[in-house]
Amino acid sequence: MALKHKATVMDEKGMHQALRRIAHEIVERNKGLEKIALIGIRKRGVPLARYLQSYLNEIEEFDIPFGILDITLYRDDLIQRQDQPEVHTTEVPFELTDKNVILVDDVLFTGRTVRAAMDAMVDFGRPASIQLAVLVDRGHRELPIRADYVGKNVPSSRSELVEVRVKEIDQKEQVDILERTND
Amino acid sequence: MQTLRRKDILGLEEMSAEEITLILETARSMREIMQRKIKKVPTLRGRSVLNLFYEPSTRTKASFELAQKYMSSDAVSVAGTSSSLVKGETLKDTVRNVEVMGVECVIMRHPVSGSAHYLARNVEASVINAGDGMHEHPTQGLLDMFTIFENKGRLEELKVVIVGDIRHSRVARSNLWGLQKMGAEVAVAGPPTLMPPDLDVFGVKHFTSIEEAVADADVVMALRLQKERQESGFFPSMREYAETYGLNARRLEHTKEDLLIMHPGPINRGIELSSDLADGPRSVIMDQVAAGVAVRMALLYLLLGGTKE
Repeated sequence: MALKHKATVMDEKGMHQALRRIAHEIVERNKGLEKIALIGIRKRGVPLARYLQSYLNEIEEFDIPFGILDITLYRDDLIQRQDQPEVHTTEVPFELTDKNVILVDDVLFTGRTVRAAMDAMVDFGRPASIQLAVLVDRGHRELPIRADYVGKNVPSSRSELVEVRVKEIDQKEQVDILERTND
Repeated sequence: MQTLRRKDILGLEEMSAEEITLILETARSMREIMQRKIKKVPTLRGRSVLNLFYEPSTRTKASFELAQKYMSSDAVSVAGTSSSLVKGETLKDTVRNVEVMGVECVIMRHPVSGSAHYLARNVEASVINAGDGMHEHPTQGLLDMFTIFENKGRLEELKVVIVGDIRHSRVARSNLWGLQKMGAEVAVAGPPTLMPPDLDVFGVKHFTSIEEAVADADVVMALRLQKERQESGFFPSMREYAETYGLNARRLEHTKEDLLIMHPGPINRGIELSSDLADGPRSVIMDQVAAGVAVRMALLYLLLGGTKE
């Protein structure tokens, strides 16, 4: 089975416009940055959360606590999977309790990653609230989870792949839909 | 490489540098969990582990048990005393018990060399060797390498000296295999009577003078001197050993400033290692203890997390 490029749904400019808009929505909804903390979900949620941090700081100069979450140890499919996911470090170098935590990921799909991330966060403390920001919501939820901030809704079929590329990891920035083909 | 493609952890002799690297990297992620307020991840929920200690152990057993709890596995510990065992029969019984109980992983310490291999061959469960006779103690070797790596940033080309009773030490054997695979330059030091007859296999230099051995060393590892070896005539007395081979400040006077001092514990203070060194700024003995839990969490994850084909 191979993957074929079907469409590019966001380019670099579009991605950054969306992130800038999300930054404004975060400030508006939380009435400032005072209690905000950003946590990026590995892997691509991390550079996206960094971008959000800088856009938030354009709006208001404030030292926003920043964390990185690796959800591997909280996955619900460890027994079913054939390949064993590599574990990477989680870094939450601040007190999470009473913060409004903005969880950042690239794509919201089944919701299982977000479920795992919420379980992980609860082990660190009791945040005042957890809010979810994603660059792309592609539908097909398997759990009752929704995003608070969405860069773009991308209707997709289950067999397709939605790939977010970021410079830090992929040397380019865009969102692609890939199709599985049988050749 | 992402996965440890093996059922058991029996010794570092049969492990590759890639596998050791994967274990050490995973251990690093695990260490973060130990610094949390709630030291528990749900990763191994519902997986069962059996600890079988046929020899006394404080640190290793506690370390495995903590690792099992932090990973949310269900663990049971059985401690036997070696005096009550008829060795051959007991291992067979062990095998039968393990099969009936349906555990997925067995941690075993046993006085007979090769016992972990025997168990591993005969049960479906993963086996982690927690020390078999004078053969190997792979998790100790791994935690020692982890400690060195965390303090020095590398293992390659580091000069490591292991001092003391190499002959009877499974810790030394695991370190000799592991460290050399990772590119460290290892030497041993101590009285000739306490060197293993098969020292050539390892291809390491042997020093009888401690001062000479440690002169340009980056790491010095003292081994526990066992009193019962004196009775068997391997060395004349504890005091004489301490005077000629014991590590103390005077003997380490002309060494690198950033020399790491290690000991697998429990320490005979004033015999193989003086108290001022054991508790001094160059000692990483407490790092070793903490590393033990992280390394064992990593091994449990790598053996039990995910399905093996």
